[in-house]
Amino acid sequence: MNDQTLTPEERAANLKGMGSSRKRVEDVRFTQGKGNYVDDIKLDGMLFGDFVRSPYAHARVVSINAEEALKVPGVLAVITAKDLEPLGLHWMPTLAGDKQMVLADGKVLFQGQEVAFVVAEDRYAAADGVELVEVEYEELPVIVDPFEALQSDVVLREDLDPAADGAHGPRKHHNHIFTWEQGDKDATEAVLAEADVVVEEMVYYHRTHPCPLETCGSVASMDKVTGKLTLWGTFQAPHAVRTVASLISGIAEHNIRVISPDIGGGFGNKVGVYPGYICSIVASIVTGKPVKWVEDRMDNLMSTAFARDYWMQGKIAATKEGKITGLWCHTTADHGGFDACADPTKFPAGFMNICTGSYDIPVAYLAVDGVYTNKAPGGVAYRCSFRVTEAAYFIERMIEVLAIKLNMDAAELRRINFIKADQFPYQSALGWEYDSGDYHTAWDKALKAVDYEGLRKEQAQQLEDFKAGKTRKLMGIGLTHFTEIVGAGPVKNCDILGLGMFDSCEIRIHPTGSAIARLGTISQGQGHATTFAQIIASEIGLPADDITLEEGDTDTAPYGLGTYGSRSTPVAGAATAMAARKIRAKAQMIAAYLLEVHDDDVEFDVDRFVVKGAPERFKTMKEIAFAAYNQAIPGLEPGLEAVSYYDPPNMTYPFGAYICVVDIDVDTGETDIRSFYALDDCGTRINPMIIEGQVHGGLTEALAIAMGQEIAYDEMGNHKTATLMDFFIPTSWETPTYVTDHTTTPSPHHPIGAKGVGESPNVGGVPCFSNAVHDAFRPFGLTQSHMPHDHWRVWKTARELGLHA
Amino acid sequence: MIPGAFEYHRPASVAEAAGLLSQLGDDARVLAGGHSLIPMMKLRMADLSHLVDLQDLDEMKGIKITVSSVTIGAMVTQHELIADDALAAAVPIIREAALQIADPQVRYVGTIGGNVANGDPGNDMPGLMQCLNATYEVQGTEASRMINAREFYESAYFTAREEEEILTRIHIPRPAGGTGYAYEKQKRKIGDYATAAAAVLVGGGEASVAMTNLSDTPVWSQDAGKALASGDVEGCVAAVMGAIDPADDMRGPVEFKKHVAGMILRRAIDRALSRAS
Ligand SMILES: Cc1cc2nc3c(=O)[nH]c(=O)nc-3n(C[C@H](O)[C@H](O)[C@H](O)COP(=O)(O)OP(=O)(O)OC[C@H]3O[C@@H](n4cnc5c(N)ncnc54)[C@H](O)[C@@H]3O)c2cc1C
Repeated sequence: MNDQTLTPEERAANLKGMGSSRKRVEDVRFTQGKGNYVDDIKLDGMLFGDFVRSPYAHARVVSINAEEALKVPGVLAVITAKDLEPLGLHWMPTLAGDKQMVLADGKVLFQGQEVAFVVAEDRYAAADGVELVEVEYEELPVIVDPFEALQSDVVLREDLDPAADGAHGPRKHHNHIFTWEQGDKDATEAVLAEADVVVEEMVYYHRTHPCPLETCGSVASMDKVTGKLTLWGTFQAPHAVRTVASLISGIAEHNIRVISPDIGGGFGNKVGVYPGYICSIVASIVTGKPVKWVEDRMDNLMSTAFARDYWMQGKIAATKEGKITGLWCHTTADHGGFDACADPTKFPAGFMNICTGSYDIPVAYLAVDGVYTNKAPGGVAYRCSFRVTEAAYFIERMIEVLAIKLNMDAAELRRINFIKADQFPYQSALGWEYDSGDYHTAWDKALKAVDYEGLRKEQAQQLEDFKAGKTRKLMGIGLTHFTEIVGAGPVKNCDILGLGMFDSCEIRIHPTGSAIARLGTISQGQGHATTFAQIIASEIGLPADDITLEEGDTDTAPYGLGTYGSRSTPVAGAATAMAARKIRAKAQMIAAYLLEVHDDDVEFDVDRFVVKGAPERFKTMKEIAFAAYNQAIPGLEPGLEAVSYYDPPNMTYPFGAYICVVDIDVDTGETDIRSFYALDDCGTRINPMIIEGQVHGGLTEALAIAMGQEIAYDEMGNHKTATLMDFFIPTSWETPTYVTDHTTTPSPHHPIGAKGVGESPNVGGVPCFSNAVHDAFRPFGLTQSHMPHDHWRVWKTARELGLHA
Repeated sequence: MIPGAFEYHRPASVAEAAGLLSQLGDDARVLAGGHSLIPMMKLRMADLSHLVDLQDLDEMKGIKITVSSVTIGAMVTQHELIADDALAAAVPIIREAALQIADPQVRYVGTIGGNVANGDPGNDMPGLMQCLNATYEVQGTEASRMINAREFYESAYFTAREEEEILTRIHIPRPAGGTGYAYEKQKRKIGDYATAAAAVLVGGGEASVAMTNLSDTPVWSQDAGKALASGDVEGCVAAVMGAIDPADDMRGPVEFKKHVAGMILRRAIDRALSRAS
């Protein structure tokens, strides 16, 4: 049945396994508008819930009057904190060990906070009801600045005992959340005191928002007959949601089924637990009917998880020649009204301690202070592993500032400080063990690809022309070499709310040689159904096209911690390979039996087992699958399936070298990205086309963040960027053409050597764009300016540097 | 983002539409492309009980071009303005400006009538119409009347149009052959309103200059036009700078907008002069 004339290479190509740019199987439905998102779910008798939200950033809630709202035809109930209190659900735990109000309990802490939940027969009646709920507020002083918060007498969190420790140790002030320290403070300060050169800078990474195309939402359906709760939602971690829902509601875990259907982008926004989820569940329990809650864009931008907002004070010490001798960082982290960061429990500032970056820095010290303010809660990893973007931005800015001080070329400064290929596995001063890397090779390849020297010459010429009045445009060259840390993570280190961060895969081969695989992760656009089938295809020799992949239904998928922090390939991808290998091991025994030889006398060959030394004698995987079910094989159970729960021994450390060129109009502040070159090393490459797509998407989000996207508040705590008119999402028009490239340095500890790539372009892209803008102004004395580099901020920089004479 | 309840009407003639407006009073509003009005309703900033849809009114569609003037029906979409080659030949600045409005999706439905009638200082067409010295024809239950675009805008969202009047047509005198033109707009992204925009016509001893989104109405400056007509670019810029009054927003503070307005205007003037013959 198998064509013996095909070469092994041809047979491998037919599998569309690892290395193949297989087209995304998901796109068949997505490109036809046939996806099935939460808002597509329609159940008999389904109700709709909507929030009354606070117009104030800080106020007491004096009274709530729902009388008029309840008169609206179709409005069934208005739920407030008072109604949730008897159930113990007026507050909920956050992922960061804090608690958050589900509905305003006496006061509100940010504009847009959920105050009451109006349940109605449809979303129109709900919206009319929301308009008519009368809430009386008494305004309180507003604090939007984290430094002011730490000085202020105003107590934001009256529910917390100021004398008691927080979830991460002692609190220094009533608006302080935690201090997190890493590294060696004394040794670092000693190095700083004696160094040839020390530069100090405040690097601010502004508040922004993941703003996925699909906003957050849920549909809860409590079946009072079976006692089963089904919860559909935009969950990046459906199993964790099930466990947490069980723990806080008291409903037995087997009676809760959580389903993440298609998700239209997550980027960290859909990791957390939101009041809307809880309220839809409570409303369903109360009414006995399914209840849907879906945010609109303004709800999403105002209330569900923001990202960044880190004030990073840095000091870097170096020799005259530019060898870095020490790094010091103190970060003031604005967490908003509740600490709802999504970080592993032991890491309240995520993996910010990757801030030594790609450099061999002998000593370092990091301290992070978390602070409450009157802003929305969150602090999620927006297309990055926990706080890795902040860390990369910090070190890549500090390197540039040091280069200015030393009057050195920033590419050369990086090169002399890179960790060398022979130093891996590398122990960093802030506690990580980098698994593998070859930074010099990547860097040299990148510089050569863009003709770095040529660019610098061109830039010098343009500067001359500028000074001579021949042009009003400046050219900037942005450099970045980033190192990520992804794939959380070893269970011994990493848990969320006590749930260990392993992941899983279960594979079932059907008798005819097709298969279904289920994972503990959930795709939000990453193309898991495409890539994970490719891993299986290569590992067991069945065509990827014959493998169905399912995720997101906790009743069917094996337990796992979900998709964020680029962990799917490093963790669930590893589980997939390991499960496939279990199947291959059984297949080997079956093949040997069928071929009447000893197990050790057959070997795997692309899509079959062959008798060693006799390649004409073989059994294909399809034949083996059929036999596994239909032939009595002594000593073997029927069937062909396996499950693997994978606890990774370490994280993976993807890296990359990015270079971009920007032209800046100093008179209008307009910027134009002339070119962008991105070299990524994510270890073994499973699907090059998907990698390229991920890089394009991540770079575009990085462009947005660096050049215009922000969550801004005025001093009264009013949210100023709650629509897409002011919150910048680039269209194809603003998006430059990207050139992608790669090197391949496999992870030594991952079964297939893969590292994860989805977030690299955001981590590396933001500093690259920002460095380019800074670089353009370097000859005029600019060391640091704050993102986003929108027209007016760029203009302001030019003005302050005296370029508008 | 859910509007309150409203009644929907779809009249078959301008007279019927005007009749509905006068009968329903304050609670009614006409609906053209809906791309300004519907967002306001979804934000519940406009609370209306009746929408009178103009979609069926063929009398308000179409573009007529004669030797001396152009007449554009209020229901002509921005996309149709761009697609009309004869219009582009007669008054090329219209295509140039329309291409800088919003994005293709918005332009497929947004109309010129809605754009100029709305009175939103961010809209591009009002300034352009002032620059072109256009006249709006409006019709109530009585006979129609003409209002010059330069006298139409009173303050943000307040215009010389009476509540029950419908803007039916726009009459534009054709600029003399060889008139240089330019529409320059700085914006943060596609789909954004102007940080600053300038419409300039110059040639044959005449000039006209209007600015957008730099005050609560479009800014057409007679002095600026006069100065430019006499070749005094600096005088033109100075006159405009004296007339604008921008407000700060997420695009930037007043100082920035004024500076950008000057830059954009100079660029428009340069480009218009380079096209004048
Ligand atoms: C994302 C986005 C970006 C945009 N960017 C720009 C931009 O850059 N520049 C720009 O100029 N515009 C922009 N717009 C606005 C767009 O051009 C609108 O379509 C236009 O301003 C209104 O036209 P409309 O036909 O949609 O009017 P509608 O929204 O239907 O009506 C607007 C108002 O005018 C009234 N009205 C409409 N027609 C008439 C009439 N014939 N007589 C009397 N009153 C009438 C209505 O009652 C209503 O009050 C943008 C819109 C969106 C959604």
